Amino acid sequence: MISVESRRAFFLFLALFAGLLLVWQLSTASAPPRSPYGIPQGNAEYQMLMGHAPGTTQTREGFPGPARFAASALQALHAPFHNNGPSDRGIGWQVGASLLRVAIGYGLAVVVAVPFGFLIGLHPVIRRAVDPFIQILRPISPLAWMPLALYTIRNAEGCGIFVIFICSLWPIVLNTAFGVGSVRREWLNVARTLEVSWTRRILFVLLPAAAPTIITGMRIGLGIAWLAIVAAEMLVGSSGIGYFVWNQWNNLSLSNVLLAVLLIGFTGMVLDGALAALQRSVTYAE
Amino acid sequence: MPNDSAHAAPAAAHAVSRPLVEVSMLEKRYGESGPPVFSDVSFAIQPGEFVCLIGHSGCGKSSILNILAGLEQPSGGTVIMDGHEITRPGLERGVVFQGHALLPWLSAVQNVAFAVRSRFPTLSRAEIREKAEHYLHLVGLHNALDKKPAELSGGMRQRVGIARAFSTQPRMLLMDEPFGALDALTRGLIQEELLQICARTRQTVFMITHDVDEAILLADRVLLMSNGPDARLAESIDNPLPRTRTRESMHHETGFYDLRNHLVDFLVRRSALVGKGEN
Repeated sequence: MISVESRRAFFLFLALFAGLLLVWQLSTASAPPRSPYGIPQGNAEYQMLMGHAPGTTQTREGFPGPARFAASALQALHAPFHNNGPSDRGIGWQVGASLLRVAIGYGLAVVVAVPFGFLIGLHPVIRRAVDPFIQILRPISPLAWMPLALYTIRNAEGCGIFVIFICSLWPIVLNTAFGVGSVRREWLNVARTLEVSWTRRILFVLLPAAAPTIITGMRIGLGIAWLAIVAAEMLVGSSGIGYFVWNQWNNLSLSNVLLAVLLIGFTGMVLDGALAALQRSVTYAE
Repeated sequence: MPNDSAHAAPAAAHAVSRPLVEVSMLEKRYGESGPPVFSDVSFAIQPGEFVCLIGHSGCGKSSILNILAGLEQPSGGTVIMDGHEITRPGLERGVVFQGHALLPWLSAVQNVAFAVRSRFPTLSRAEIREKAEHYLHLVGLHNALDKKPAELSGGMRQRVGIARAFSTQPRMLLMDEPFGALDALTRGLIQEELLQICARTRQTVFMITHDVDEAILLADRVLLMSNGPDARLAESIDNPLPRTRTRESMHHETGFYDLRNHLVDFLVRRSALVGKGEN
């Protein structure tokens, strides 16, 4: 049984969606151009000058309306994995390339950040010693590293991965350290009175106790990584969804740009949803 | 250590056997200056004895228990158990914490199994589960084995805590006001269960409480602490009531009211006077 509230919310959602489409349709509907010099609307000569002669076909692609966008999106999604060389690859292929970069860079960040976070969470001295470094490195936009990365790594693929790594590292480090540092003293005392070895203490007390906080950090990190990959690929990519956006802009295919933008949002939502599900599975009630 | 002669009779047997734990000249202070929280605390605990420590808050009761557990270091004095000085926590001392301190992501049986695995690392998974269930049965929790602590009532949580402490088969059980947060009815039930288990297993227990009736029901001997700061161990009183006492009939036993009045008197009046008189 669906509650009244969620039914209402659903109808409101539909209404908003319809309203959005309507605004979109109205604002992109092509009307014959109006003259700023007071020439009457129906003047055939003026319309011909503006490229609206009755017999000619429209070649100029303006901002696509919903119908044109839907048609071109269907076409693009019809064969999302086609590959006819670097400048003509399917949009699915491009999203896949971005996801692979994120998987590698983000995976490396998790592998480095969680143990590092444990280290500084458990040792206040180390925490205080490395804190200035973290505070300075954390607010740097990942793209600011790009020239340094390009110079030192000299490999576009490696640069993209490095950018993802460096931007998702900090939130995971800080959240892990915070989570580990604020584990309830009682639980640690239980482990101490049971003479639990340090590996068991880390795996079976600290890790489950801090897991919800660690995964919050991982969610933030993944969000930033997905933001950064688009920009990074615009700069260095020969593949990926960011490269696709820029390539289609150069083609003046706004339909494809719009499709890519929506797909970026959708993929980001799915990624965050996956981590949210993981978080729910490790969250405990006290 | 002053001993109340009116209640001294059953202590004679204890004096002969070698004590399990000897606390001598224990002292705790925070910071260099100022008076210690408590000082000059000495007592012994015999094997199989149930000792309750009573005192007002701020007298350092919990610190004494934490020092016995090895979780806190004394500022002076020693605790010797079986000829070894206690300097850190160990499995031979089981602790029931004031807040139940169960791991909230584990079910009741997993919480106990965690302790069992620590004590018997060579056992198989099935044997550990079996042992954990056994101890939960002991405290009457056979219906709630797979529930998380958040799904259990306060009394049930504390029972799991007790089962966990017993499951490591400690030489000595340390309990820090284990029933303080429970309602009177639940508290009574768990007290009787605890009394039965201890009688059956001859468990040595050191327990902190501020409930006089609880101390009379459970303890073989009651230690009284004067008020802090600079608290002292003021009296050690043997419980003259027979060990078969129950909550319902205890107040009919001869000597119950003498003992109860003595303890209440101490807490109300003398606990504040002891320290002042000595200085």
